[in-house]
Amino acid sequence: MAIDYIYPDYEIVRNYDRCINCRVCERQCANEAHEYIESSNKMVSDDSKCVNCHRCVSLCPTRALKIVKSDHTFKTNANWEGKSIKEIYKQAESGGVLLSSMGNPENYPVYFDKILINASQVTNPSIDPLREPMETRVYLGAKPSKIERDENSRIKRNLPPHVMLSMPVMFSAMSYGSLSYNAHESLARASAELGILYNTGEGGLHENLYKYGKNTIVQVASGRFGVHKKYLSSAAAIEIKMGQGAKPGIGGHLPGKKIVGDISRTRMIPEGTDAISPAPHHDIYSIEDLRQLVYSLKEATRYTKPVIVKIAAVHNVSAIASGIARSGADIIAIDGFRGGTGAAPTRIRDHVGIPIELALASVDKRLRDEGIRDNVSIVVGGSIRSSADIVKAIALGADCVYIGTAALIALGCHLCRSCHSGKCNWGIATQREDLVKRLNPNIGYKRLVNLMTAWQHEIMEMMGGMGINSIESLKGNRLMLRGVGLNEKELEILGIKHAGE
Amino acid sequence: MKLSAHELGFQALNEKIHSSKEDVVINECFGERFIGVGASSKTITINGTPGNALGAYLDGAAIIVNGNAQDAVGDTMNDGKIIIYGNAGDTLGYAMRGGKIFVKGNSGYRTGIHMKEYKEKRPVIVVGGSTGSFLGEYLAGGLIIVLGLDTDEFPAGYFTGTGMHGGEMFIRSNKTPISLPKQVSINEASQSDIRRIEDNLAEFSKVFDIAMDEILSKNFYRLIPNAKNPYKQLYTEN
Repeated sequence: MAIDYIYPDYEIVRNYDRCINCRVCERQCANEAHEYIESSNKMVSDDSKCVNCHRCVSLCPTRALKIVKSDHTFKTNANWEGKSIKEIYKQAESGGVLLSSMGNPENYPVYFDKILINASQVTNPSIDPLREPMETRVYLGAKPSKIERDENSRIKRNLPPHVMLSMPVMFSAMSYGSLSYNAHESLARASAELGILYNTGEGGLHENLYKYGKNTIVQVASGRFGVHKKYLSSAAAIEIKMGQGAKPGIGGHLPGKKIVGDISRTRMIPEGTDAISPAPHHDIYSIEDLRQLVYSLKEATRYTKPVIVKIAAVHNVSAIASGIARSGADIIAIDGFRGGTGAAPTRIRDHVGIPIELALASVDKRLRDEGIRDNVSIVVGGSIRSSADIVKAIALGADCVYIGTAALIALGCHLCRSCHSGKCNWGIATQREDLVKRLNPNIGYKRLVNLMTAWQHEIMEMMGGMGINSIESLKGNRLMLRGVGLNEKELEILGIKHAGE
Repeated sequence: MKLSAHELGFQALNEKIHSSKEDVVINECFGERFIGVGASSKTITINGTPGNALGAYLDGAAIIVNGNAQDAVGDTMNDGKIIIYGNAGDTLGYAMRGGKIFVKGNSGYRTGIHMKEYKEKRPVIVVGGSTGSFLGEYLAGGLIIVLGLDTDEFPAGYFTGTGMHGGEMFIRSNKTPISLPKQVSINEASQSDIRRIEDNLAEFSKVFDIAMDEILSKNFYRLIPNAKNPYKQLYTEN
């Protein structure tokens, strides 16, 4: 019925004076938005198929293409925006749950953008990171609360297992299956070169990537895909996934069309079947149950690796974190409601969870108040967009951050938010062979190394400006932060003063 | 090697099991958890009641329990064998990837949930008695057999096979099952179906000394998934 025709959000604008009918755009578009019409010797485009991923724009040799937001509009209505109307049309037609990708795009406050960083003037000299030593190395894991000595008064070596990172950043969990092999290889190789860690996500680990084990966090999620002893033993750390910022409280579901070839083997399920990760772990209904999984993983790896528990930032996150810090876990990872995803129900992604800045500040405070902050390290993600976000997160109390979306953007992602279609034109979120090979891991890993190297310099410059020469001195140092345009409650939760105070 | 679980506690006990070159017999076992986690060789015999997560991530070892076991036996087990001469608790064989579990008595809720398989690697669970609800939930592969030897009722609880999208289950009963979800299709097992599981039934019969005739004296229902993609129609791209 014509009522369901929705005018496209984006229009493909072709400058025919420049177009040479080379058909590159046609070959590059997995959505088949471009077509060559032989009879008229002309390229035409179907706007309705365009996802605005810029692949054709980037590769057009004559710069003949651009994508513009359509100015076609519904009658102006402050309550019923076009987006709401279109979504109702889609659901009235299909009866389906709306499915989206990547992080929450809605207009909620971004607290990182309302926090400003301090710098030294006159009384406390700033430090020039190009000339003076500056430490960005961090160790993640539980820290003993006291030094113990043996009968000969020698210090007992009872330090729990740690991971060492050259800078306070890790690549967050993105599964092989949701990402292509080439994307995974890029992340693994970049981590090895940088001395940081990447995270397998819940899809298991491809056998070729075991050699990057000491730069790998292996994830154990409710579906337990690809989990076995060698997988656990190969890693630097093990992460139990309880939740994800983009979809708190719900599970994962990799559609059967993505379960092909090596994905099927790595996940250990037959080709073409859905990979379903239930919302809860069905053996974890309490902190005591969580402790059981933490210790079974520690037993399986002879207490040689830190165990991370990852949760989504939700309303009572600090109470949950307090439980996790007592469960035997070494690291808590908290994922904010802007975190990315390969697919999540739109309503969950856009309406569930809380901002990571508030979650982080309240968890750090709660753990310090209870005297258990050193039981665990805190890693935050969702979403960290720049080195400034990292500095702010660490000053709010984090030990380290996870980046996902930023890493994918470095690999070429243009944030078209169509990962769930499996037709990623940049070869990142797809399993189609012709698309996967567009991402060259030799180039991809280098771009990730470049990004992290640049951020590391920026972190050092910001720290130097504050007169701080190590991440350890920045951690939880909220005096280095001031809020702008925040109300008293927000300042209280963040534990910072307003600018001018 | 003989070990006392009660004296050692689970951490020291597992250390000794791990370093032992020979088979291990564990006595005085009063709920110690994580016994034999990830073990890849030897036979571990337990006299008593092991605690939760017995043989989790088991990687080739054999575990024999002369008594009852508790929750999460063989969680994410990859290879090997677990034989229990009593009952087992909840989530028996959660996400099992390979190997076999035989339970003489009953097992609890969510038996065999999320089991997987890939080509020749196919996990097997055989339960002699009955199971709780949510048997084979999210089943993605493998074989579950429930015999109900001690009952005339249907030997599985409610919601059997919810979210099942792979693998198969055989349930021995003359009574028709209760409240199966729509993802599951059910038929009486044919002679050729029974022949395919006969080696597992024979192994159960031999291990627990229960006559094959007795095992084969009732019908078997065979449960398989209706579709490999139970949630395909659920979503609309936005």
